[in-house]
Amino acid sequence: MKRDMIRTGTILRLLVFAALLAFLLAPDRFAGLLAPLTNNGAPAIYNQGTLLDLTLSHLVTVGLSTVAAAIVAIGLAIFVTRPAGAEFLALSRAIVNIGQTFPPVAVLALSVPIMGFGEGPTRMALFLYGLLPIFENTLVGLSTLPPAVVETASAMGMTGRQRLLKVELPLAMPLIIEGIRLSAVIGLATATIGSTVAAKGLGEVIVAGLLSNNLAFIVQGGVITGVLAVLISDGFEAVAHRMAKRRGATRQADPDGQQSGA
Amino acid sequence: MTTLADAGTGRAATSRIDRFGVVIAIFLIGALALPFATLRATRIASGTGLRLFEALPVTVTATVLVVLAAAIGVALSSRRPAVRLALGALALAALALAAGAAGAHLMPDDNPYARIAPASGFWVALFGASMLVTDASVRLKLGPAGRIVALAVTAALIAGLFASGAWSHLSIVAEYRNRADVFWREAINHVILAAGSLAAAIAIGLPLGILAYEVRAVRDPLINVLNIVQTIPSMALFGILIAPLGWIAMNVPGAHAIGIRGIGMAPAFLALFLYSLLPMVANTVVGLNGVSRAVVDAARGMGLTGRQRLFQVEMPLALPVLLTGIRIALVQNIGLATVAALIGGGGFGVFLFQGLGQTATDLILLGALPPVALAFAAAVVLDAVIEISGRGKA
Repeated sequence: MKRDMIRTGTILRLLVFAALLAFLLAPDRFAGLLAPLTNNGAPAIYNQGTLLDLTLSHLVTVGLSTVAAAIVAIGLAIFVTRPAGAEFLALSRAIVNIGQTFPPVAVLALSVPIMGFGEGPTRMALFLYGLLPIFENTLVGLSTLPPAVVETASAMGMTGRQRLLKVELPLAMPLIIEGIRLSAVIGLATATIGSTVAAKGLGEVIVAGLLSNNLAFIVQGGVITGVLAVLISDGFEAVAHRMAKRRGATRQADPDGQQSGA
Repeated sequence: MTTLADAGTGRAATSRIDRFGVVIAIFLIGALALPFATLRATRIASGTGLRLFEALPVTVTATVLVVLAAAIGVALSSRRPAVRLALGALALAALALAAGAAGAHLMPDDNPYARIAPASGFWVALFGASMLVTDASVRLKLGPAGRIVALAVTAALIAGLFASGAWSHLSIVAEYRNRADVFWREAINHVILAAGSLAAAIAIGLPLGILAYEVRAVRDPLINVLNIVQTIPSMALFGILIAPLGWIAMNVPGAHAIGIRGIGMAPAFLALFLYSLLPMVANTVVGLNGVSRAVVDAARGMGLTGRQRLFQVEMPLALPVLLTGIRIALVQNIGLATVAALIGGGGFGVFLFQGLGQTATDLILLGALPPVALAFAAAVVLDAVIEISGRGKA
């Protein structure tokens, strides 16, 4: 029964993905559907650039920043959990806790005076804010390993580096993936707001709709961004779930682990 | 032999120079090479960066340098958190006062439109001193009451600096003066959006959470749907809600009269309410699930009815987790309410997006800093409350 539910969910997601793809590839075919939301003969489909292009640059912006954030955050988390970086552990925890109270939109806006308008501030804000969930989750993953496992690895004569690469990181991987998921979801949301600082992305469609009072634009921009975020988030969840299952290490996410968009 | 066990000994074994202190020193010394203040001919003109000694009278420059040098010295050599905290706080105070002094010193007599704002050197030094304070506070292990007192003192000092006029020549204060009425109106809007939607989410989310806890068949679908809502970017959700709310305003009698509109506060309020439901419902379920079976059985043995057990035993024990849900939702709402300005919902975002539109840096700051401060204060207060509520509970 549980398996049936998962299958239904997968089929549903595939259908939604197919619908999204169809809309992005041939948006004009759906014009009739959105036309009732326009008035005074305004266009029903965004026409200042193709939706596919905007979607791709949105994804590239989020993808690049998330990859960069993941590399730096995982590196930092490894550093502060080694003896050499231990004196920075307490401080880095505090910085992450404080940093996560910063609204992502504020980080975005505060990047503008430094970076100017365009893709720059969006990438910088996405990178900086993206560090936090990945760092936090990697830290939790690396510092809550079952002691027996780590001791066994040492007893087997593994060096520190072998232990890290073959035991600690693989065991922490589901949590790290969860951190990357959070980071990507927040990034997708913040990149949408990035359109207000002239970054190329899907927020442009919503902003154009708000400015010209065109509900059709607002709805298509909102639905595409929303669907993308849900599909990407589900994708990461599926990967993390599989990994956790394969390793037999089922760890429950803690109740204050959730975090949301921007 | 675990890595974290090594950590404690690792600290003691390091040499007398504190490596964390070296980082602080790099920030504070590096800051001196950067401009401390910016002078602009008008609020949107591009500015000239002025270094510490160019932006301040000699005596003030000397005082700031002495304080920063003392902070670096303590960061490098002293291990006592109280001393480090004191010097870090002193450095923060010196920087705050110096920023105001730079405003007064640089303000030209012949150009009332000139603007002075703290520049990168100020912010880098501020970050360095804040790290020193944060690290010392963590090591001092302040209790919840102590943290709230520290927050209140800091807030009072900042309010005092504003009221005393020490910052009155700074550009962000000029932006505030020009729109003081609107500022407080939008501040109230922001709080209504963030706290009001949370109050609604508590009123609906708690019963929903209890229902989800009692009825397994409800739990997974409900949490799944709320998870999906949480994943939708705020701008998208605000936008998507405009359509149905606009339709309701036009077609449902009386809806328009009670303030329901397609654009404005209504879609923002509804979106924030929906976002807050997940932390409320999920944490209610987790909190109730976490109550130990033995306690519930004992309550049953004492003859308590299901309702009495829920309200007198299970809910009080789940309180810290429930409060954690409220903390997550409130901090998140304060941030997200900033985006509401895009759909005419008001709040501090009004200034932030106006500032972006006019490329007026200080107006951006006026819109961005209050939500940051508000979210931070909310987190400190609720964390303290959570810690107090969790005392003496399993």
